[in-house]
Amino acid sequence: MRADLDVVAALVGHGVRVVDLGCGDGALLEALIARQACEGLGVERDDERFHACVARGVPVTHGDLEAELPRLADGAFDCAVLSLTLQAAQRPVDVLREMRRVAPRRVVSLPNFAHWRIRFDLARTGRMPISPALPYQWYETPNIHLCTLRDFEATVAEVGMRIGRRVLLDAAGRPAARGARLAPNALAARAVYVLEG
Amino acid sequence: MPDGIGKVETQRAVVFDDDRPLVLESGARLTHVEVAYETYGTLAPDGGNAVFVCHALSGDAHAAGHHDGDRRPGWWDNIIGPGRPLDTDRFFVVCANVLGGCKGTTGPGSTDPASGRPYGLRFPLLAVRDLVETHRALLRQLGVTRLLAAIGGSLGGMQALQWSLDHPGEVGGALVIASSARLSAQNIAFSAVAREAIMRDPDFAGGDYYEAGRAGRPDRGLALARMIGHITYLSEESMRQKFGRRIQDAVEPRFGFDVDFEVESYLAHQGQSFVERFDANTYLYMTRVMDYFDPFADPARIGRQVAAGRAAEGGGTSYLVLSFDSDWRFSTEHAREIADVLRGAGAPVTFRELSAPHGHDSFLFPVPEYHRTVAGFLDRLAAARAR
Repeated sequence: MRADLDVVAALVGHGVRVVDLGCGDGALLEALIARQACEGLGVERDDERFHACVARGVPVTHGDLEAELPRLADGAFDCAVLSLTLQAAQRPVDVLREMRRVAPRRVVSLPNFAHWRIRFDLARTGRMPISPALPYQWYETPNIHLCTLRDFEATVAEVGMRIGRRVLLDAAGRPAARGARLAPNALAARAVYVLEG
Repeated sequence: MPDGIGKVETQRAVVFDDDRPLVLESGARLTHVEVAYETYGTLAPDGGNAVFVCHALSGDAHAAGHHDGDRRPGWWDNIIGPGRPLDTDRFFVVCANVLGGCKGTTGPGSTDPASGRPYGLRFPLLAVRDLVETHRALLRQLGVTRLLAAIGGSLGGMQALQWSLDHPGEVGGALVIASSARLSAQNIAFSAVAREAIMRDPDFAGGDYYEAGRAGRPDRGLALARMIGHITYLSEESMRQKFGRRIQDAVEPRFGFDVDFEVESYLAHQGQSFVERFDANTYLYMTRVMDYFDPFADPARIGRQVAAGRAAEGGGTSYLVLSFDSDWRFSTEHAREIADVLRGAGAPVTFRELSAPHGHDSFLFPVPEYHRTVAGFLDRLAAARAR
């Protein structure tokens, strides 16, 4: 499992009903169900990833999370997960609001577009940054709503949610070195947030 | 596609008798129930590889392989066989004609032991539960006590669903395809018109037409019922592609009331070939079974059944609920309701709307993503069992 998903799994907790929006190959849900006694549901629109979920025995709905989210009942889950997916949403704020409607706790991870390496590449080359975390050309990227950690935290406040916890990650998805806390918006490649309220 | 399973034969078994009658949901009793069934593949020594195929309204026990002398294979041959999603190299696949059917299992055309004459409409009304209990009685005779999976499309999906709810811990996976947990008013309306067509046929004779000989059957009504039903099984798009507005055996229209368009000729043929293989009373009974089906009527019960399944040895049922985007008979909303209710009760449910042009009939077609999903789900059930 990807290193950042270990962090997400730890934040989700034990024995909770969890929906993973854009669940990919279902690795996180499989771990949550098998090791943390969770009840899980994934939403995934990609055929190959959907089949990977089926092969793992992870319950999944095939479909676009922005179409499926409004169909979920109020408070149907204890926790909603959105890992490295918000930046690909058509309407990210609506997604956050819908997540609040279906679950009292939300775990959201995102890439930080203000990471010093991205700033440096943009300043040096004058072209849209391409990296292992953001591997697409500007015209084909699914990441249509990239933001910085500062942007995200401001938006979270605007929609009236609290940040219960924040874990800064390095480019490999592992918890970042302590020094990153000095200037998270420049030094963390990604972050995972627990949103409440 | 790999070769199929070759020659098969329909077999028969008496599953209820005087000593052990079938008590129906209605309280009525049947003291002689015979079942026509077929099996493919080999039952594992631990009995754990059985997959039960539940057929739809007009299906029968002959799901796969060839009967001696037949050119066409069974009705679901494209999904059953070596290397196919219902892999007969690994699974023991059972398909039986439903109770109330007309293809070898006891139904309204069978002899009523009380009178020595065909039941006709004196045959008791049935529920999906009664169909399931008959399947289970057959399985007991075959030495199967727990299913790896129950699978079916349309009325078949209803049976798989009811089975999993009525007998927690008995069904590892339920594959509910192009089905519904509650018919809509429109669905019931179509059924009602089909039944009217049959019952208003002068040859219907209150259902007592069996002794009138082949020519005295309500064929006109049954054909009409089938024509109406068949329209609802296809999509507008598939009819457009298949027939368009083409004229049968001519270029110019003939301008009259006889069959002129190709689609008319096709429907007439569907109706005609149907009466040669189906019984009008069975059509009445099966449409009524579907109309009254309402397994989610008591939500608290669903929660209890799902919890009981999870507590049972071997665990509860995993569900695969599938729909097709061109199906307007049982649209995706029907499938979503099934998925939502089961999930709300705590059951693990995978749901997918598949893209296929064939309307309600799509579940009978070898749509690649559909078959891949079914195969993946069954593989997972088999792997979980091996562990």
